[in-house]
Amino acid sequence: MFLFADKPATFWFPEQASTFAKEVDWFYMAMLYISLFFFVLIVAAMVYSMIAFRGRPGYKGSVEALHNNWLEFWWTFIPCVIAVWIFARGVYGYLDQMTIPVDTNDVEVRAQKWAWSFTYPGGVTTNELHLVVDKPAKMIMRSDDVLHALFIPVFRVKSDIVPGRYTNMWFEPTLEGKYDLFCAEYCGDKHSVMHADVYVESQKTYDAWLAKEMLPPSDPWEWGKKQYEKSKGCIACHSIDGKKVVGPSFLDSWGKDVELATGGTVKFDENYLRESVLNPQAKARKGFETAALMPSYQGRLKEEEISALIEFMKNVKNNPNKKE
Amino acid sequence: MSTITTKPLDITAPAAHEPGNFLTHSSGFLSWALTLDHKRIGLMYLTGVMSSFLLGGILALMIRVHLFQPAGTFLSPQQYNQVFTLHGAVMVFLFIIPSIPAALGNFLLPVMLGAKDVAFPRLNLCSFYLWVGGAIFFLVALLVTGLDTGWTFYTPYSLESKGPVVLATLGVFILGFSSIFTGLNFIVTINTMRPPGMTWFRMPLFLWATYSTAIIQVLATPVLGITVLLLTAERVLGIGIFDPKLNGDPVTFQHFFWFYSHPAVYIMILPAMGIISELMSVHSHKGIFGYRLIAYSSVAIALFGFLVWGHHMFTSGMANVTTIVFSALTFSVSIPSAIKVFNWLGTMYQGTVVLTAPMLYALAFIFLFTIGGLTGLPLGALSTDRHLHDTYFVVAHFHYVMMGGTLVAFLGGIFHWWPKMVGKMYNEFFGQVSATIVFLGFNLTFLPQFVLGTRGMPRRYASYLPEFEHLHQMSTYGAFLLGAGLLVAGLVLLHSAIYGRKAPTNPWGGATLEWVCSSPPPHDNFAKPPVVGDPYDFRGIEYDPKIGGYVRRPFEDKGGHH
Repeated sequence: MFLFADKPATFWFPEQASTFAKEVDWFYMAMLYISLFFFVLIVAAMVYSMIAFRGRPGYKGSVEALHNNWLEFWWTFIPCVIAVWIFARGVYGYLDQMTIPVDTNDVEVRAQKWAWSFTYPGGVTTNELHLVVDKPAKMIMRSDDVLHALFIPVFRVKSDIVPGRYTNMWFEPTLEGKYDLFCAEYCGDKHSVMHADVYVESQKTYDAWLAKEMLPPSDPWEWGKKQYEKSKGCIACHSIDGKKVVGPSFLDSWGKDVELATGGTVKFDENYLRESVLNPQAKARKGFETAALMPSYQGRLKEEEISALIEFMKNVKNNPNKKE
Repeated sequence: MSTITTKPLDITAPAAHEPGNFLTHSSGFLSWALTLDHKRIGLMYLTGVMSSFLLGGILALMIRVHLFQPAGTFLSPQQYNQVFTLHGAVMVFLFIIPSIPAALGNFLLPVMLGAKDVAFPRLNLCSFYLWVGGAIFFLVALLVTGLDTGWTFYTPYSLESKGPVVLATLGVFILGFSSIFTGLNFIVTINTMRPPGMTWFRMPLFLWATYSTAIIQVLATPVLGITVLLLTAERVLGIGIFDPKLNGDPVTFQHFFWFYSHPAVYIMILPAMGIISELMSVHSHKGIFGYRLIAYSSVAIALFGFLVWGHHMFTSGMANVTTIVFSALTFSVSIPSAIKVFNWLGTMYQGTVVLTAPMLYALAFIFLFTIGGLTGLPLGALSTDRHLHDTYFVVAHFHYVMMGGTLVAFLGGIFHWWPKMVGKMYNEFFGQVSATIVFLGFNLTFLPQFVLGTRGMPRRYASYLPEFEHLHQMSTYGAFLLGAGLLVAGLVLLHSAIYGRKAPTNPWGGATLEWVCSSPPPHDNFAKPPVVGDPYDFRGIEYDPKIGGYVRRPFEDKGGHH
């Protein structure tokens, strides 16, 4: 099958970075060539009739309807055979994709509007998906709110994530590199930017990365910033430059009196931050009437992590611990 | 069919005096607003669906302009989400579903049957006003508060979305009744009002298609009604059906929704196939190839269409067995569609092919619908669908079927029957120009989207990665070319309504009964039920330069027709 030579990236497809990609691409190209064959045949027949039987002075075609059982049988039968083959080949590849091997690296995937978080063995949580090359990985996925779908084009896999249940999927990365992960099921305002980076790396690099992630940063401000940007994904809805995204910006709010949706004000201090993270709807800010989109982080934040976040919130621009 | 005993109708003798036509029969606003005449109702529907199409088309151009740059150009993500929702909802519910059955179907069905009207003229008017009411309701709900759920209303997003989901779904509910009434009316009309001699297998294929469509409308639309009622009950009363927070199951909604909306795809495409059968035969001046197979395949598509809804949910986490069964059923529905394409080609073969504007649209349909059908294969196949699902590949695929298919057939049908409907001939040259521009613009718009899809560009994105920019820009240029083609088509038709020369009774040489009525038909269509023969018997139909149209001359019956 030299026609379907394996190239890392082709006109049709991105790199082949998982064990599924080869079969999917090969099968797609096979269907493409079958389709092109019939398409060319159909268009050729059409153009031939348009020219050979065109109405012109002195030409009168037949008016009698044609009917040809032999022809009609074959043009029904041949498409049937091809359809059966395509169906069967599709099932063959699909069952491979659905049969999860026993010995996998497991990653817990949490989708929420509009961020991904990935939890690794040992409890490390980030917004990046790190995978070991040539090692099957299983995603154990859940959603905090609405339907999402995890889609990694270079792996040729996609699976919806349904709130209220776990969905599993697996794949085996085969090519080291940095790739894109998209949300493929429409989930509202920022669906288009619900993106994550996928890193496929060697076991050694992965282990080093994981070990580094396990150690909490010694600097609490840095730790808070990391949570804001990566592990807790606050950045998806809250800016630190004053821009209103989905929730209020964190710029220059610390210590100020902020207006509440119910009227009155509250001082933006340690207690208000703590309450708003654990129970976001308790004191919604004015202009963000119900704060309905903010999920509770109850049980997802340790006390030290909240303290680190507070450190960061006090001054979102500069690290006060760092001497210039 | 060698046992035809009745001679085809003698149409050489024109009516002795001009009795006036349905357009001049009575005048005044109320004579239209309260009319029971299926032809006037058909024209009113035509005005309505074309207005909806204009709105949906402007929204489409907004989408394409916005996507000209990776970061988006002039809409916020929220506005973009509202615009694509509105585009989809308007095009599906207000344009494609009612387009052919309600507009052309209403006008043509009784005339093709040789009947004076549909079986229930009052119900027909009622269904028109339900459509108008539902459309206004729907549009107001969508425009005032900005619905952003997509036309699919997927739960649980639609349950918590701030948009007016209840009002919008109520609009869909009302529109659904309009569709059911139309379907019911057509079924009864075809069953009971066929004239002497018109057996089932002497019906024009457009009627077979309309009949199959009507069955789907009557059987599937109630499920949509039930679904939106359940959705409303959940939102208003807090009963847990689809919302996981209330122990509901969001995937159940998808099953309900697609149980209607997949057959609805066949509500959209079947009548288009009916139009193409008429156009291919008349403009090739030759009987249709394999009449029975086309008729049966319409019914087969209508029935299979009910069993394949699961292919919209291959990645939703259904059990493997369910998924595999739905894949198998999906392939079964591809066969009757393929058969039709081959039969249309067989119809042209050895005929006298005249490349009129309607014929160019019909040929464009075959080209585009074939691409639409063939690109369904990698979506129906499970392993490739997991990559292509919810990407631009799907967007391109269904636009090839719905727009390249249904819309192009609809335009071909309008050009074909325009002389009959308004009694005027359009400018043939500019009609052909419009068909050519539409064809080129359409391909430029949607071919790049297949590649976007295989390269992994997800659908419903307000912004995208820079590597997709060039393909998106091609698509935007194409959309404007397509828009220009449609504009030309619209202008050609409007121009003809005012300045066109009077249309003859039979401008194309058709053999079905609408070409026996004068153009436009008189108020009652036929003074008495005509006696009919084979709708695709073109023997003796010849061009008469004196009247600028075709007449049927006596011909020698050698027997053995078919």
